[in-house]
Amino acid sequence: MLKIENLQARIEEKEILRGINLDIKPGEVHAIMGPNGSGKSTLASVLAGREDYEVTGGSVDFLGKDLLELSPEDRAKEGLFLAFQYPVEIPGVSTTNFMKTALNEKRKYHGLDPLDAAQFLKLMKEKMKLVQIDQALLSRSLNEGFSGGEKKRNEIFQMAMLEPKLAILDETDSGLDIDALRIVANGVNQLRSKDNSFLVVTHYQRLLEYIVPDYVHVLYKGRIVKSGTKDLALELEERGYDFIKEEVDQAIA
Amino acid sequence: MKSNLKTAYSQQEGNSTHLASFQTENWKTFSGMGIPALKHEEWKYIPVKNIFKDEMNIAIESSNLEDTIIKKSILPGTEEANTIVFFNGRFQADHSIIHEKDALVVKSLETAAGDEDALFVEEHLGHSQAYHPDGVNALNGAFASGGAFIKLKKGKSLLQPLIIYHFSDSSNGFRFSQPRILASIEANAQITIVETYINIGGGESFTNEVIEICTGRDSITRYIKLQNEGKHSNHTGTTHVRQLERSNTHAVTITLDGAIVRNNLNMVMEDEHAESHMYGLYLLNGNTIADNHTIVDNRMPHCESNELYKGIMDDQSTGVFNGKIFVRKDSQKTNAYQSNKNILIGDQASANTKPQLEIFADDVKCSHGCTIGKLDEDALFYLRARGISEKNAKALLLQAFASDILGQIEHEAIKNYIEQLISERLSFQA
Repeated sequence: MLKIENLQARIEEKEILRGINLDIKPGEVHAIMGPNGSGKSTLASVLAGREDYEVTGGSVDFLGKDLLELSPEDRAKEGLFLAFQYPVEIPGVSTTNFMKTALNEKRKYHGLDPLDAAQFLKLMKEKMKLVQIDQALLSRSLNEGFSGGEKKRNEIFQMAMLEPKLAILDETDSGLDIDALRIVANGVNQLRSKDNSFLVVTHYQRLLEYIVPDYVHVLYKGRIVKSGTKDLALELEERGYDFIKEEVDQAIA
Repeated sequence: MKSNLKTAYSQQEGNSTHLASFQTENWKTFSGMGIPALKHEEWKYIPVKNIFKDEMNIAIESSNLEDTIIKKSILPGTEEANTIVFFNGRFQADHSIIHEKDALVVKSLETAAGDEDALFVEEHLGHSQAYHPDGVNALNGAFASGGAFIKLKKGKSLLQPLIIYHFSDSSNGFRFSQPRILASIEANAQITIVETYINIGGGESFTNEVIEICTGRDSITRYIKLQNEGKHSNHTGTTHVRQLERSNTHAVTITLDGAIVRNNLNMVMEDEHAESHMYGLYLLNGNTIADNHTIVDNRMPHCESNELYKGIMDDQSTGVFNGKIFVRKDSQKTNAYQSNKNILIGDQASANTKPQLEIFADDVKCSHGCTIGKLDEDALFYLRARGISEKNAKALLLQAFASDILGQIEHEAIKNYIEQLISERLSFQA
C-alpha cells in the first residue's frame, strides 16, 4: 500500500524528517506516536502534499506510484486521505457542495460518471449515520463555527464519503471529549477492511484503545526509533516518552 | 474633442421647459470645470480624460434598435419585468414595456418637465450635481433632454422589478452615450430597480450616466447595477439617492467587466430614521480599472447605514474603493458601518482602498475596515487534499468570498444569473 524509504523533509532551513522508513500493507492499521515536535504532523503533511515542506531525500511509493510526484489533489484521487488536525473553516462553502465537488472530481479521474443529486444525497445520508452528524451542520459553511468535536466528525464523514485506500488521521483525538472520541473511533472502525489501511498519528494512547493498531511506531527527532505492537503504546502511556528519549540520546552520544 | 461635444450640444432641439435652462446651466458648468484629470484627488486612479477621444460619436441619431436584440439581452427569468430601454443614451418609449401601469409611470424627462410632474423635475433634477459638482456629471446634464422620468405612485408596491437596459451601438465606431434618469419613489411605495448595460457591435463605447432617485417617506427601494459590458466599454455613472423619513434604500453594484469603470453611489439621508445598505462586488481581469466611490451622508438623527464592498482582481486589473461616511452634527444616534475586502489573484493586479469617516456628532456608532490579501493558502490546501483541482479549489473559494454580496440580491432569478456569470468567469468545472 504505502512504502516510505529514508524520507527526509525540511521547512525553510529546519530539518524535521531525518530518514523515515515505514511499510504499510493493505488492511493494516499503523499508529505513529511521539512527543511534541518529533515530526508526526510533518510526516502527515508531507504525505498529503503540503507545499510548505521541502522533501530533501528518500522516496514514497503509494500503490505503485511515486507519491511525491503527485499533486495534493491527485494523491487524494489515488486514494489518500488526510484527516486534518486543525480542519480549516471556509465561510461560504457548504460541506455538501464541497463534498459533491470532491467526490465527482474523483469519479471523473477514475472514468466514472458523476453522481446526480439523488444518488449523492442517498450516499450522504448513509455516511452521515456513521458519524452521527446532522444534515443541518453539513448545509452550513464548512467547519465555520463548528465545535472541536463537530469538526473532527466532519473529517471522518468526509473520509467515509471519499472511501480512501489509505487514511491518515492526524491527531484526530486532540480536543475530543470521550463521547466524541467514541463516535469518531466507531466511524473509523466501521470503515476498516482488508483492503484499506490507516495511519493514526497521535500523542496519546487513549485513541488506540478504540482504534486498535496492528503496529505502533515511535517518532523522535525525525526518525522512527522504536516499533512494536499495541503493547508499546501501553508502555508509553505508563512510562511517558522520557525513557525513549534517553535511550535514543544515549545511543547518539 | 470639445468642439465635437459642442456641436452635438447645440444640435439638441430647443424646448421651453425647465429642461432647456437646466441643460444650458450644465453646459456652462462643464465648460468651466472640464473633464477631471488624474491630479484631481477624487479621480486619481481613473484616467477618465483618456476615454474622451476625437473619434467619439456623440451624435443623436434615430434609433434602429431591433426587438430581437432587446429580446436577446433580457436577463434570464425576468421576462415578466417592467422594462425601460435606452439606446445610445436616449430613452426609447416605444421599446419600453410597463406592465404595472396603475403603479408605475415612465415617460421622457422632456414630457415630465412640461406636465403635472414639472414641479418635481424642477426641484429634484440635478441634485447630484448640486451636492457634489463634477465635470462629467455636468456634461451629462447638458444632454438631459434624452432622459427618462420614473414615478412609482404613493403606497404602491411593484410585483416585478423595473429593469433598465442601456444599449450602446458601437458597430459604426466609438459610441458615447449619456443616459439620464430621474426617479420619484413616493411615500410608502416599494420597488426594485435594475440597471444593466449592453454594448452592441463590440467596438469601443463610453456611457456617462446620471440617475437621481428621490425616495419618499416609508418607501423601500432596492437597486441593482450590473456591469458586464465587455473590455471595450467605459463607464462613468452617478447614482444619487435622496432619502426622506424612514425610507430604506438597498443598493448592490456588481462590476464584472469593462475598460475604465467609475461608479459614484451617493446616499443622502435628509430625514430621521432613514436606512441605507450598500453592497458591491467587483470581479476584474485583463486591464480593467473599476473604481467605486460611495458617499453616505447622515444628516439627521437615528439613521443607519451598512456598507460592504468586495473585490477580486486578476491579471493586471485595478480595483479602487473610496467610501465616505459623513455623520453631521444633528445626526445623533446614528449607526454607520463600512467594510471593504479585496483579494488579489493576479501578480500584476492592484487594489486601492480608502475609507473616509467624518463625524461631527458625539453619540454615534461607526466602524470601518479594509483588507487587501491573497487567497487563504490553508483553505486552498484543505480543498485540494480532498481531491479538488487547484483551479476548482480557487474558484470555490472565490465564489464563497463573493457569496455574501450575491446573497444581498433578493430577486432569485437575477441572483442565479449573476452567480452563473461568476462561475463561468472563474471557469469552475463541475
